[in-house]
Amino acid sequence: MRNILIICRKELRSYFVSPVAYILLTMFGLIFGFFFWNALAYFVMEGMQMQLRGSSFPMNLNEQIIRPLLQNVSVIGLFFIPMITMRLFAEEKRTGTIELLATSPVRDFEVIVGKWLAAMALYSCLLLFTAVNFAFLFKYGNPDWKPLLVGYLGLLLQAGALLAVGTFISTLTKNQIIAGAVTFGVCLLLWVLEWVSGYDSSTWARVLSYMSVITHFESFARGVIDSKDALFYATMIFLGLFFTARSMESLRWRS
Amino acid sequence: MIIVKELTKRYARTTAVDQISFTVEKGQIVGFLGPNGAGKTTTMRMLTCFLPPSSGSATVAGFDVLEQPLEVKRRIGYLPETPPLYPEMATAEYLQFVGRLKGLSGTELQSRIDFVCERCAISDVKKKLLGRLSKGYRQRVGLAQAIIHNPDVLIFDEPTAGLDPKQINETRDLIKGLAGNHTIVLSTHILPEVEQTCEQVIIINKGKLVATDSVRNLRARARGAESIVLEVAGRNGTIETAAVQQKLERVSGVSRVSCKDEHDSRAVFEIESQKGKLMRGDLARAVVESGWDLNELRPAAMSLEEIFLQLTGTESAAEKAAVSGGQS
Repeated sequence: MRNILIICRKELRSYFVSPVAYILLTMFGLIFGFFFWNALAYFVMEGMQMQLRGSSFPMNLNEQIIRPLLQNVSVIGLFFIPMITMRLFAEEKRTGTIELLATSPVRDFEVIVGKWLAAMALYSCLLLFTAVNFAFLFKYGNPDWKPLLVGYLGLLLQAGALLAVGTFISTLTKNQIIAGAVTFGVCLLLWVLEWVSGYDSSTWARVLSYMSVITHFESFARGVIDSKDALFYATMIFLGLFFTARSMESLRWRS
Repeated sequence: MIIVKELTKRYARTTAVDQISFTVEKGQIVGFLGPNGAGKTTTMRMLTCFLPPSSGSATVAGFDVLEQPLEVKRRIGYLPETPPLYPEMATAEYLQFVGRLKGLSGTELQSRIDFVCERCAISDVKKKLLGRLSKGYRQRVGLAQAIIHNPDVLIFDEPTAGLDPKQINETRDLIKGLAGNHTIVLSTHILPEVEQTCEQVIIINKGKLVATDSVRNLRARARGAESIVLEVAGRNGTIETAAVQQKLERVSGVSRVSCKDEHDSRAVFEIESQKGKLMRGDLARAVVESGWDLNELRPAAMSLEEIFLQLTGTESAAEKAAVSGGQS
């Protein structure tokens, strides 16, 4: 446990000592801010129109702003995750510092989990930006906070799964750009797999769309913790980290 | 301290290290010598548990590298060929990170950091970023990180590669200063380095062990026969080389005389004799009695470089160039 924290701390430090963390935070803040502003403006316009028409359809902040925004965050996350994970191992391999980690009295899984936790921590920092925006809803409106918390849980689980995949891909190459590009491709694929269900309902299509990370987020966005979806993410996290460990091991046998 | 038995590392197509066996006693400095690509780094990586051996065994400080790697890693300080530094970290920060990784904490960690900084003369760059340090400092920070947890065994892969002559001397002195408390294995392809720093030499070539012995024994072993270098000068400004050579050949015990150099009135000869026969006095007398001046008379020590070439049998020009190229 101690070793995991040592690695995690070092990794977080290098995120925040280099411009990486700040650039990601700024970009994410800008993009999410724009999404938020859009959603809010649309919501306000709709509300005014309803008042003009005199209809009394209930407006719901949770359903109309928070839920779609959470789904947006989960998609924007796909674009940011490769940038978080691409350097984790690729950089260590390129500069040779992997030799220091591999010859220190720490186990491989401690290194891997430490790095993954650091990536999770940085992603959580990104989510903090969304919390700042959502805080305004609580100031001026009266949304239910429980579905929002469940949504955050879902976002963290989903990111955890993709970050684990990204960590694995980062062990495969010395080149950060390659690691980033491949991770991005895989993230994108895991997103669009769900489209198959739109025109096909065979078993294969169902399997493919089940593998899409986005479909499993829907229940969380609605504020429902579905154990089936939570398990999907947990399995993916475990598999990702497991493959990372195997890859590190094979690195030794091959290199 | 280190026991290596028939250690072998095979890659897909090549065998990088082929059945190497040797032992290193506690407190020794051992030089691991061989041309580039001989398998030095691979062997060291197996000792540090970075690479698993294909077959054979290695025991460091009583622990097997395959069965108890964590115990081995606790007792080993390793400096790879390129120091494993994080450019975005400051020196003190980096040493703190490595120290923690090796299991140090609290006041002990702080005092070890101060100690190694002083030891490796890097106190003045404690706050500097590693990415901004000069090559010499980077190497010294690399040494500092290897000794931070006061390990029993130190393994240095080409510790002086790429340094300027002054830095090389500083690094060598530093390594020599570490001996005694630590068992040190260092690899190099530079022969004088071994002569200067090491007590024991392990020579490998193409993955195979060629020789393992003390520097002194090795030199004696390779010499076989004794040879003497002699410089003679003629009195009247000229010298008849052939006459001198004939005269020298007639001294008892001499087996071969060859003229190495000749200019103006001086000539340099190399004289070989059968082992154990002392003939320096006879040689000196023969020269002086014939009316020549004796300018110099010294035993011709074979340089380690010649021994190395003799042992590895690498007479090809390319490898010779690699060896002497490393010296400059």
